[in-house]
Amino acid sequence: MQSALLHLRSEDKPVLVSAGFIVVILVLGTIYTLYTQGTAPLFSPNYLLQQLQTGAFLGIVAAGMMMVILLGHIDLSIPWTLTAAAMMATAVGGDLALPTGIAVGIAVGLVNGIGVAYLRIPSMIFTLGVDSVMRGLMVWHTGGFAPQDQATPLMRFLAAEKLFGVPVAIFVWAAVSVVIVLLLSRTAFGRSIYATGNREAAAYLSGIRTRWVIVGAFVASGVCAATAGILLAGYSTKAYQGMGNAYLLPAIAAVVIGGTRILGGQGRYIGTLVGVTLIVLLNSVLSIMQMPEAGRQVIYGSVIVGMLLVYGRDTRSLSG
Amino acid sequence: MTAMSALSTNMRQNRGLYGAVILLSIIYLIYNILHPRGFSSAVLIQNANESVAIVFVAMAQTIPVLLGGLDLSVGAVMTLAACIASVLVNGSPLQIVFGMVVTLAAGTAFGLCNGLIVVYGRIQPIIATLATGAIAIGLALFIRPKPGGDIDGDLNWALTNSLWDFVETYGLFDPDAPWFAPVAWIPVPLLIILVFGVCVWLPFRRTVLGRTIYAIGSAEGAAFMSGLPINRAKVAAFTLGGFFASCGGLYLAIQTASGNADITQAGAYTLNSIAAVVLGGTSLLGGMGGAIGSLIGALILRVISFYFRILSIDPLLQPLVEGIVLLAAVSLGAFRVLRVKNRLELFR
Repeated sequence: MQSALLHLRSEDKPVLVSAGFIVVILVLGTIYTLYTQGTAPLFSPNYLLQQLQTGAFLGIVAAGMMMVILLGHIDLSIPWTLTAAAMMATAVGGDLALPTGIAVGIAVGLVNGIGVAYLRIPSMIFTLGVDSVMRGLMVWHTGGFAPQDQATPLMRFLAAEKLFGVPVAIFVWAAVSVVIVLLLSRTAFGRSIYATGNREAAAYLSGIRTRWVIVGAFVASGVCAATAGILLAGYSTKAYQGMGNAYLLPAIAAVVIGGTRILGGQGRYIGTLVGVTLIVLLNSVLSIMQMPEAGRQVIYGSVIVGMLLVYGRDTRSLSG
Repeated sequence: MTAMSALSTNMRQNRGLYGAVILLSIIYLIYNILHPRGFSSAVLIQNANESVAIVFVAMAQTIPVLLGGLDLSVGAVMTLAACIASVLVNGSPLQIVFGMVVTLAAGTAFGLCNGLIVVYGRIQPIIATLATGAIAIGLALFIRPKPGGDIDGDLNWALTNSLWDFVETYGLFDPDAPWFAPVAWIPVPLLIILVFGVCVWLPFRRTVLGRTIYAIGSAEGAAFMSGLPINRAKVAAFTLGGFFASCGGLYLAIQTASGNADITQAGAYTLNSIAAVVLGGTSLLGGMGGAIGSLIGALILRVISFYFRILSIDPLLQPLVEGIVLLAAVSLGAFRVLRVKNRLELFR
């Protein structure tokens, strides 16, 4: 019982620290705006909802990324999976737009999963290669320009409209979150992900089909990236080159800041949610301060390293 | 052990490296046959110039990979070094040398920071360098918000042409001297690659730290039990990586006479460096391979991109072909899966 309590604490610590950091960001940002403009936009519900709406895209990407990181793998193919899904969805258009986009995500996830699980190629390099191939396919498909196709009305509705005063994108994010939480905590698949992430050999010996689990997680990641791509295309009314580039690093950062172990096997979805919120708020405070891109990158990197130094440290072990 | 069996052991251990050398020779030979001005010094100079930066970045990536880690900041550190160089490398000869030293020192210091964070912060190299890479790009953007810069013209000319031009630019001696003629055609960039590859990497690999890096990549526990300086070797690995990356940045700045804090370009260099490391026969699991292999791997990647120019392939296909080459190269490693007798060995 005692050890269970300690264990719980070690998993809660990142969530608490990140939540505390969110408060710090809000307070510092508000002091800044009060000082310069005399207003406190960070605490107005409308502003927060608007920030969360743009945060929804990152949140959905991070949800998929978390499934893969829980296995101790990583999915670097997200930028162009997202872009490819958006481009294919807008190119097909009509009622088939959404299924097409999701299908792209499933296809990329399957390729990633097979490469990592069956060919046993390190996920880092294999997904990088897949990302590069997807980029090549899209550049070939579009001729290197932004495609002219428009997002369908349904995509517009999902990404940019409001329902009961709340942006629909937030509902989509919530739905994805519920699915992920149920998957991770209530299904055999979710338990298998944790087991495989902890020690794949042990999971295999206890009868888990670890390779299917890996393929499943990569498919989930692909579908999440595709969903985010479809939403993003709806939000900006069309797909464009490199639309996914800004999501990879923040998604990994959100998952890791939320306390998920980069080596796999440990992490809770609530942490990822807090991590995403932290990054979205940090971004919005930096843009209120009109911080140039240079400062943003430095602060971004420093926050990740700083938070990991507080709680992300590996315990010293010889097995490596 | 007889000479014969020593040779065969050598062949077996360096199979990846020799394969890469043979592949490079074949594709570069065909390239020169197809090229209208093939087998000329001019073509060689141009090709060498375009290869230096990626070769250095690939060598930088090799060392953390030998540890079993990965450095996602190499492209960013290279960009940072290029931006510093684009500000400092001009003026009097003394100032130029000072600028070059500062550039290399900055990149090396950044590598050292990476190493310290990984070793003493105990953060996984992948995520630590992902974050420090963002910091490096940020610093590069501070130094050079818009592409541009000022590099000494003589230096640019001397380092991007043949030895003959180098000697002539600085008036070292009569470049037409008969004894100089046999080597006058050699491109300076090619010499730079070889000098750094041979004079920095090979001696380093024979030191205790160099051997420790290999030992850590093979079995960290065993390396620790043997009393090897694990922490120092890890820090040294990332520091040397930073040094090589800044060499690449310095040359890129001199070659293009400018600096450009381009995030996309930095990412592309990091990606290509990993591809080059894999092509050069270094195992991503660590402990096997070397910087010379990555040098060859980077050259292979470059020669493939040269083909696009002479074969009038649609340039839009280039990213696709690059991606497929990368995937094909890493999939070669998958043959291991077919040979494994005990399936449990796969799960490590």
